[in-house]
Amino acid sequence: MTTKSQAISRSTRREFLKSAGTVGAVALTIGFEWGGATRRAFAAPVTPAGAGFAPNAFLRIGSDNSVTVIAKHLEMGQGAYTGIATVLAEELDADWARVRVESAPADAARYANLAFGKIQGTGGSSAMANSWMQLREAGGKARVMLLTAAAKQWKVPLGELTVEQGTVYHAASKRQAKFGALVAAAATLPVPEAVILKDPKDFKLIGHRAPRVDASAKSDGTAQFTLDVMLPGMLVALLKRPPLFGATVKSYDGAAAGAVPGVVKVVEVPRGVAVVAKSFWAAKQGRDALQIEWDDSKAEKRSSAAIMDEYRRLADQPALPARKEGDAAKAIQSAAQKVSASYEFPYLAHAPMEPLDAVVKLSANSCEIWAGDQFQTIDQANAARTAGLDPQQVSIHTLYAGGSFGRRANPGSDYIVEAVSIAKAFGADGTPIKLQWTREDDIHGGLYRPMYFHKLEAGLSAEGQITGWRHVIVGQSIVADTPFSGLIKDGIDGTSVEGAANIAYAIPNIAVDLATTKTGVPVLWWRVVGSSHTAFAVEAFMDEAAHAAGQDPFTFRRKLLDQHPRMKAVLELAADKAGWSTPLPPGKGRGIAVAEAFKSFVAQVAEVSVGKDGQIKVDRVVCAVDCGTPINPDIIAAQMEGGIGFGLGAVLYGAITLKDGRIEQDNFNGYRVLRMNEMPKVEVHIVPSTEPPTGVGEPGVAPLGPAVANAIFAATGKRIHVLPFTRV
Amino acid sequence: MSTSFSLNGKPTTLDADPNMPLLWAVREVAGLTGTKFGCGMALCGACTVHMDGKAIRSCVTPLSAVAGRKITTIEGLAGKPAKAVQAAWVNLQVPQCGYCQSGQIMSATALLESNSAPTDADIDSAMSGNICRCATYSRIRAAIHAAADAIKV
Repeated sequence: MTTKSQAISRSTRREFLKSAGTVGAVALTIGFEWGGATRRAFAAPVTPAGAGFAPNAFLRIGSDNSVTVIAKHLEMGQGAYTGIATVLAEELDADWARVRVESAPADAARYANLAFGKIQGTGGSSAMANSWMQLREAGGKARVMLLTAAAKQWKVPLGELTVEQGTVYHAASKRQAKFGALVAAAATLPVPEAVILKDPKDFKLIGHRAPRVDASAKSDGTAQFTLDVMLPGMLVALLKRPPLFGATVKSYDGAAAGAVPGVVKVVEVPRGVAVVAKSFWAAKQGRDALQIEWDDSKAEKRSSAAIMDEYRRLADQPALPARKEGDAAKAIQSAAQKVSASYEFPYLAHAPMEPLDAVVKLSANSCEIWAGDQFQTIDQANAARTAGLDPQQVSIHTLYAGGSFGRRANPGSDYIVEAVSIAKAFGADGTPIKLQWTREDDIHGGLYRPMYFHKLEAGLSAEGQITGWRHVIVGQSIVADTPFSGLIKDGIDGTSVEGAANIAYAIPNIAVDLATTKTGVPVLWWRVVGSSHTAFAVEAFMDEAAHAAGQDPFTFRRKLLDQHPRMKAVLELAADKAGWSTPLPPGKGRGIAVAEAFKSFVAQVAEVSVGKDGQIKVDRVVCAVDCGTPINPDIIAAQMEGGIGFGLGAVLYGAITLKDGRIEQDNFNGYRVLRMNEMPKVEVHIVPSTEPPTGVGEPGVAPLGPAVANAIFAATGKRIHVLPFTRV
Repeated sequence: MSTSFSLNGKPTTLDADPNMPLLWAVREVAGLTGTKFGCGMALCGACTVHMDGKAIRSCVTPLSAVAGRKITTIEGLAGKPAKAVQAAWVNLQVPQCGYCQSGQIMSATALLESNSAPTDADIDSAMSGNICRCATYSRIRAAIHAAADAIKV
């Protein structure tokens, strides 16, 4: 039963369509723009007659009782499909065993990420936060329509009906009907203007461990990734890109490539020269046989070491203020004790397990794309521009993505644009072409997490209080020169300083400055974005400050978090569960760190062993997370576990380096990531909450690095100032 | 050129370049897409299949090398250990993005076929060649132990 818990704003206009389908089914779609006064509903038929009851853009119920949830977000491992379906099925009271998920088409009018405005896309750990009310309402309205249909059929008051697991019951008359039996009647009813949502205490799926909708298909090889798209007549393309960023094709000889059996055509495109063949193997051999002369007159030819030298110099130059409170310089100048440190962060590749790939079927007036697409609206626009079409002529089939970590959400749609440009150069004749990147293409392909240099100074009073805090960040902007450049305010790219400019600690004088650099190396957001480096700098330096003050690093932090109860609570929970005050044997150390990212709060305690050779082994990580209402505790735990493993691989090994402009890593041998034998034991503790849900895909990465570095200090007395750090 | 071998228990002849890696022959010629491409250099394990019951990396195994051999891919997994592994994968909700999991399951099954009660060290040595960028490693380990327990009874 439902009770009134939240006032749901209503649509100002209601429309519904009845389609005179041959079997009498009606299809109806409702979409909403989130945002007060402009909120409206509109209707359009989306489902063919007979396909079932589609009361809104997110749901279709079949006469066979199947419940299909249409996901506007990409499933790339983070559990979005399961979370989305959980929220909708909860308010619908669907039978979880009958719920399946289908990806939405590219259509920003219906499927925009409400956190992004009018753009359909997945990122910033926003999938559940922006879907939460939208999908609860979608499920709740459909439920009312099914109940109304039953009430009319049975001629009983609606209030006497109950729903459980996809079946409507009328207890007094002992009647019951499954959803499937009610869909034809429900489809003729108007969509309610408002709906009362469940009281959280009545949740049966939300907060429980609903099994993932994709677990079976991902355990028997049947899950479909872009790699697995096989269309009749499809060809495979590999693209040879310039060895230096910014270089272009001067001339090429494709004769030898063209002579490889199976190669169909060699075409030049803006990003290089593509070999289009009947198989991957033929395309690969063809690409290896290409002779290309590059024009590198405008290319980036510096080494990453030289770029870092420049960053170190820039850290001592005046920079733009990202936060200024009081007079940090003066406070530090007059402090009883001063602490200072710098931290260096390398470029990082995302290296998702599925190398980038996209299938494009381009003809004179349409472009059909299959991809693990993360930025549908942006990709649609970039594909249309490349093809010379209107965005409406570009359709996208979003498949499971074999990981992303930010890589597929790129404002230039690099791999999509490449695929479309190849199909165009091939002749735009409707031949489906799959562009396949290799791992080397991925490691060399740019769009890295930017390299950064951080310099911090703090002043301490005689009592060990921080009186002033100065933080200078030097590095490239992720959003500059992209459609997201509007995120730059007063010269500050928020993604460069998040996690640093908004530190929660109560410090009277704070100055956080940013020097934004330009290089020829293309950069992009990488899991947890700014906090992938700022959280390390802030939390490692807090540890140095605590040590200088002669205080315990946990209590030192806790005292400064009185104004931030949720952050303080996760810090305390992690410390408590880790047994913070219990002693460890020699050679082992414990470190703590806490971070806020994407409105979630995560604290971690790492326990490390350091061998005689300085080799680091992380034995255990205890993680506390507050992400608002926990929608699926098991998926939250999985994302924390995964974030910890992903973050640990990066801080131990991750580095993309350039030598005279050339990337020095090629594959997983040079670009090492975490493996099974290096995974610590992880314990995840979730703070109970009734706050709106916030992100879990990224925040677990943020505190891991500094927790490990602080643990290394506890074990060895050595501080980490340069990442990555395999040994101390 | 054609190469004959047993693929998932069926006599199979594939007409392809004998130098073509088994990975691409299985995927693009035989049409079995459960086996994945991750690195092309036997560094990540996404392409793991069984040859005569042992885990091999199909991305560096030329088609010619499997002539007359028994090849099993995720689509052909059968037997008690395999089913126990797949059931444990679902029960413990191992997969995230899922892309590497065919390879993980093939390695885990080969391990249990030869060692029905692996220790953590055995798991480390059998599974460290399989990369998971989602870092589902803790659950993979737990699922292998659970599968080992399941096949005992």
